[in-house]
Amino acid sequence: MRRTAGLWLLIGLAGYTLLPWYMISGGFWSFHWLGTVFAEDASGLIFALSGRGWLFGPLVGFAVAGGVLMRRGGQLETAQGLVAAGALGLALMAGQGLVILGNGTRFGLFEGATQPGMGAGAMATAAALLFLLTTGVSGLGRGRGDAFITGLIGAVIALVATFVFYPMLFILVSAFELKGGAGFGLSEFLPRFFAPEIWSLACLTGRGLCGAASNSLMLGLATATGTTFLGLAFALIFTRTNFGAKRLLRVLTILPIITPPFVIGLVLILLFGRSGTVTEFFADAFGWEKTRWLYGFWGVWLAQMLSFTPIAFLVLIGVVEGVSPSMEEASQTLDADRWQTFRFISLPLMRPGLANAFLLGFIESLADFGNPLVLGGNFNVLSTEIYFAIVGTVADPAKAAILSITLLSMTLSVFIAQRKWMGRKNYATVTGKADSGRHAALNDGLRWTCYLVALPWAAFTLVLYVLIVFGSFVKLWGYDHTFTLEHYRRAFSIVFRNGIHFTGAAWDSYFTTLTIAAIAAPLTAAVGLATAYLLVRQKFAGKDAFEFSTMLSFAIPGTVIGVAYVMAFNFPPIELTGTGLILIVVFIFRNMPVGVRGGIAAMSQLDKSLDEASITLGANSATTLRRVILPLMGPAILAALTYSFVRSITSVSAVIFLVSARYNMATSFIVGRVENGEFGIAIAYAAVLIVTMLLAILALQLLIGRRKLRRADRIETP
Amino acid sequence: MTKGSVRFEAVTKRFGDVVALKPLTLDIAPGTLVTLLGPSGCGKTTTLRLIAGLESATEGKILIGGEDVTALSATYRRVSMVFQSYALFPHMTVLENVAYGLTVKRIPKEQAHAKAEEGLELVGLKGFGGRLPSELSGGQQQRVAVARAIVLEPEVLLLDEPLSNLDAKLRRHVREEIRQIQQRLGLTAVYVTHDQEEAMAVSDRIIVMKNAEIAQEGSPADLYDRPASAFIADFIGDANLIDVEITKAGAQTEIALLDRRMTLPVASAVTGPAKMVLRPHQVRLSRDAAPDTLPVEVGYAAYLGNSVQYTLVTPVGSIFAITPPQPQPFRMGDTLHLGFALEDIRLVPAA
Ligand SMILES: Nc1ncnc2c1ncn2[C@@H]1O[C@H](COP(=O)(O)OP(=O)(O)O)[C@@H](O)[C@H]1O
Ligand SMILES: [Mg+2]
Repeated sequence: MRRTAGLWLLIGLAGYTLLPWYMISGGFWSFHWLGTVFAEDASGLIFALSGRGWLFGPLVGFAVAGGVLMRRGGQLETAQGLVAAGALGLALMAGQGLVILGNGTRFGLFEGATQPGMGAGAMATAAALLFLLTTGVSGLGRGRGDAFITGLIGAVIALVATFVFYPMLFILVSAFELKGGAGFGLSEFLPRFFAPEIWSLACLTGRGLCGAASNSLMLGLATATGTTFLGLAFALIFTRTNFGAKRLLRVLTILPIITPPFVIGLVLILLFGRSGTVTEFFADAFGWEKTRWLYGFWGVWLAQMLSFTPIAFLVLIGVVEGVSPSMEEASQTLDADRWQTFRFISLPLMRPGLANAFLLGFIESLADFGNPLVLGGNFNVLSTEIYFAIVGTVADPAKAAILSITLLSMTLSVFIAQRKWMGRKNYATVTGKADSGRHAALNDGLRWTCYLVALPWAAFTLVLYVLIVFGSFVKLWGYDHTFTLEHYRRAFSIVFRNGIHFTGAAWDSYFTTLTIAAIAAPLTAAVGLATAYLLVRQKFAGKDAFEFSTMLSFAIPGTVIGVAYVMAFNFPPIELTGTGLILIVVFIFRNMPVGVRGGIAAMSQLDKSLDEASITLGANSATTLRRVILPLMGPAILAALTYSFVRSITSVSAVIFLVSARYNMATSFIVGRVENGEFGIAIAYAAVLIVTMLLAILALQLLIGRRKLRRADRIETP
Repeated sequence: MTKGSVRFEAVTKRFGDVVALKPLTLDIAPGTLVTLLGPSGCGKTTTLRLIAGLESATEGKILIGGEDVTALSATYRRVSMVFQSYALFPHMTVLENVAYGLTVKRIPKEQAHAKAEEGLELVGLKGFGGRLPSELSGGQQQRVAVARAIVLEPEVLLLDEPLSNLDAKLRRHVREEIRQIQQRLGLTAVYVTHDQEEAMAVSDRIIVMKNAEIAQEGSPADLYDRPASAFIADFIGDANLIDVEITKAGAQTEIALLDRRMTLPVASAVTGPAKMVLRPHQVRLSRDAAPDTLPVEVGYAAYLGNSVQYTLVTPVGSIFAITPPQPQPFRMGDTLHLGFALEDIRLVPAA
C-alpha cells in the first residue's frame, strides 16, 4: 500500500508542478508548453502562487498524504490518512472547478475570478488524488486488500460520474426548471409529461396518431422480438448445422452493423418508396396502387430489423456456443431426441443470452435515430421528437428533457424486469473441468425452420447491398443508370503532384472518423470489460448501485447525450466542445454498456474457481485478468472492440451535435450530402466506409481469433 | 519451527445472515495432513477458503507459519489449493498450467518449464505436458491440478474434495499418491472431504465439523476409539448406538442394559441415561445362550464374500453386525444370542 501510494503521490506532484494546468490553445501534444513557465500554459503551482490561490487545494491533499506516508504509522492509521488526504484534495479541486468558471463564478464566491477549462496537469493531479484515496481504501481491508481492485472501482466511478451523471444533471435541471428562473418544481413537468402527444393510443382505434412514447414502445417490442428470433435462427445455423456457406452468412450478418445510418433507409426508399424501383415495377406489372406504407411503423420496423438483427446474432452466437456440449450429450443419453434436447436443455441454458439479446434490441430500437428520421413520416418516436425539440424552429430544451426522462424510464424498466426474470441463476458452463463433447445437431424441423427464416432474410440483405454498390456507380438511381465514377472521384480523389494530396471532399472526415474510432474502440472495450470484471468477480459495498450507474448510459439515447454534452462541456471546468476528445469520450460512454453486458455474459460463463486458482497460485488480480480471464474472453473482447469501433464510425445521433469544422465525422458529412439531395456521393461514401470497416473487422478477427478450449469445435453429423 | 503451521484464533465467517463458521480455533502442525471432515454444508470449504485467503474472516485472526495473514490477500499467502473442479486453465497446455504459478513469479520460462516437468513426473504424467486439459481423463486432470499446486512448494497445500470427481477404484489409488507426495515433500496439507473412510486413510489428524463448528478432533484412532458424542461414533466407522443407563460413575462404570447390569472398564463422570457404542464387527453372535447376552432375530443377511452382514431385530432396536464368513451362516428368521466383549464398549452422552 505504502509503495503504491508513494508512486501516486509523485505522479500527482509532477502533474501539479510541471504540466500545464489549463487547456492550452496549441493542444497538449504540441509540447509548446515545455519552453515556457509563466504563461497560459503554466503549471498549477505557478498559477496558485500568482494569484489563483484556490489552486492550492490539491496541494493540501498531497501534503496530508505526504505527511501520512512520512509518519510510518500502523497500517490502519496510514490507510485512514490516505483516504482523508485523497478525499480532501478531490473535494477542494472539484469545488473550485464548479465555482469558478470561464466567465464568472457561481454561488457568489470568489467574485470576479475566472479560469479556463482543466488541462493535462489538472487531470494528472485529479487521477493521483483519486488513486491515493482508493489505495487507502484497499488498506482498510476492502476489496480483499487489493489496491488494483479498489483503484479500478474508483476509476470507473469517477469516469461515469464525470461523463454520464454530470452532463445528465444539466438535462434534469432543465426538465424541472420553472419558467422565468423561478426555481424548480413539478408544476410544469407533470402536465407536459402526461400529455397525449406522448402517451396517446389513438392510432390503435383508428382515430388519429399515437403518442411518441406509445409508438416507441410498440416499435421497440416488435423490433426486439424480431431481431432476437432472427438472430437465434442465424446463430443456430451457424453453430449447430453443417450449412455450406457459413462464411457468406457471417459477412451478411455483419454488413448491416457496419452500414452508416440513413443508408439502409435510403436504399429502402429507393426500392419501396412511392417512386421506388420495386413499387414502380408492381405498379406497372399488376397495376398495384403506389402507397406510402414504407413511411411509418412498417418501414421503420423493417429498417431496424435490418440494422439490429446482426447485433442479436453477435450476442447469441457466443451464447449458443457457450452451452456445454456435455449437457446436451447427457440429455441425449437420457433418451431425449434432438428436439427435446434443444427444447428442454439448450434453450433454457440460453435464456440469459436471449434476454440479453432482447434487451439490446429493445433499447437499440428506442434509441435509434437515423431510421425513424428518414422513414418515420407521421410516425413520431421519442428519439426523433427529442431531436426536433432541440433543433426545431422553436428550441425547447425542457420538452427534450421531459421526453428523455420518458425514454429513460422505459428502458430502465425493461432493464430491471429482465434482471428480475433471470434471477440469480448460475449458468456457468465453461468450468475448470475440461469438457470435450460435441454439440447436438438440430432436428430436421428446427433446422428447416431456421433455414426458411434466415436464408430469405440473408438474400434480401444481400440484394440491398448489391444495390448500394450499384447506386454508387450510376449517375442518378431511378432515373439515369449510366455507369460513372464521378461520385467516388468527388469524394476520394488523390492528386500526386509534389507528393500526395488528398483533394477529395470526404478525406478530411474519413481520416478523422477512423482515427477517433481507432482510439475509442480499445478504450471502450477496456472500460467495459473492466467494469464487467468488477461486477461479476468482485464483492464490494454498493455494487448494485455501481452496476446501475454503469448501465445507465445504455438507456440514454444518443440525441440526449449529445445535447447534454453540449450543455455540460461547453465551459469550464471541463471544456471539451470543438475538440476531438469530446467525440472519443462520447463514444466510450455510449458504447461502454454493451462491452459491460457482453463481458458479464462471457464472464459469468467462466467458473470462478479459475480465477481463484490463479490467485492462490500467487498471481495478483491484474495478472489473473490478463493471463486467465482475458484469453478466455476472446469472443467477448472481439465483440466489444468490433462493436465500439463500428458504432463510432456509424453513429450519428450524438455526434451530430458534437462535430466541429476541425473534427467532422463521416456520418455527419453523409447527412449533409443527403440533405442536399446528393444521394450518389452519400452512397459512394457509405460504400467506402463499409469496405473499410469490413477490412478492420477481418483484421481484428485474425488478430484475436477464437478461444481454443477444445481442439476442434465439432458438430454431430446429422 | 513454525513454517507450515496454520492457526485460527476464534475465526468466524458470516455471509449476510448465514453463519458459515462459528468461532473456530484450530492448530495445524507443520508437515501433517489434517482432514476437515463433516457432512455437506458444515463449513469445511469455508474454512479452507479462509486459509487460502479467498474469503476474509468476519472476526478473529488467522496465522500461517506463525505470521498474521488475516489481512493478507490470497496472492501473497504461500498456500496453494487443489479445487474440487480442478480449475485447470482450459486455454493453456498441461505444462503451461503447471508452470503458471512459477511464471507469474517472473521465474524465467525455461526454468519454470523444467520445474513443471519435474512436477508432472512426480504425479506420473511425464510426457503429457503438450496436451490441453480437455485431452486428459478425469484422473489425469486431477493429478495436473495437484502438480500445479505443489510445484510452488507452498507452506500449506489445500485440497477441497479432490477425489469427488473420480471413480471409486481410482480414488483409492489417487489418495495414496497424494498422501505419499505429501509425506515425501513434508508438506502441511489441509484436506476436505465428507467421506470418513477417505479421511481415515490419509490423515494424521481429523477435524470433524458439524453445524459450522468443530465436533471433535484427533488422530483417526482417537476418533474411532474414543468418540466424544453419538454423532462422532456414528460418523467415524459405523456404530450401533444402544440406550443404556449409567448407574455408577467412576474409574469403572456400571451400566444397566434392559434388566442386565454390567461393569465396563472405562471411566465416566456422571450417572443417568447414555448411549453404548457397539461397532458392527464387535458383535458376537451364537446359537447358544450365555450370561449377559441379548436374544435377537436375524432380520436380514447379506453374504459379501469376505464377510457376512446382518441386520438384527433386538429388544433395544435394530442392530447391524458384521461377522467373518462361517461354515454355516445364519439365515433370516433365526433366533440367536448377541454378546460382546466388555472392554470393546464405549459410552457417549445420550443427547
Ligand atoms: N458465498 C456464500 N454466500 C452465502 N452462503 C454461503 C456462501 N458460501 C457458503 N455459504 C454457506 O455457508 C455454509 C457452509 O458452506 P461450505 O463451507 O461450502 O460447506 P461444506 O464445504 O462443508 O459443504 C453453507 O450453509 C453454505 O450455504
Ligand atoms: Mg464443500
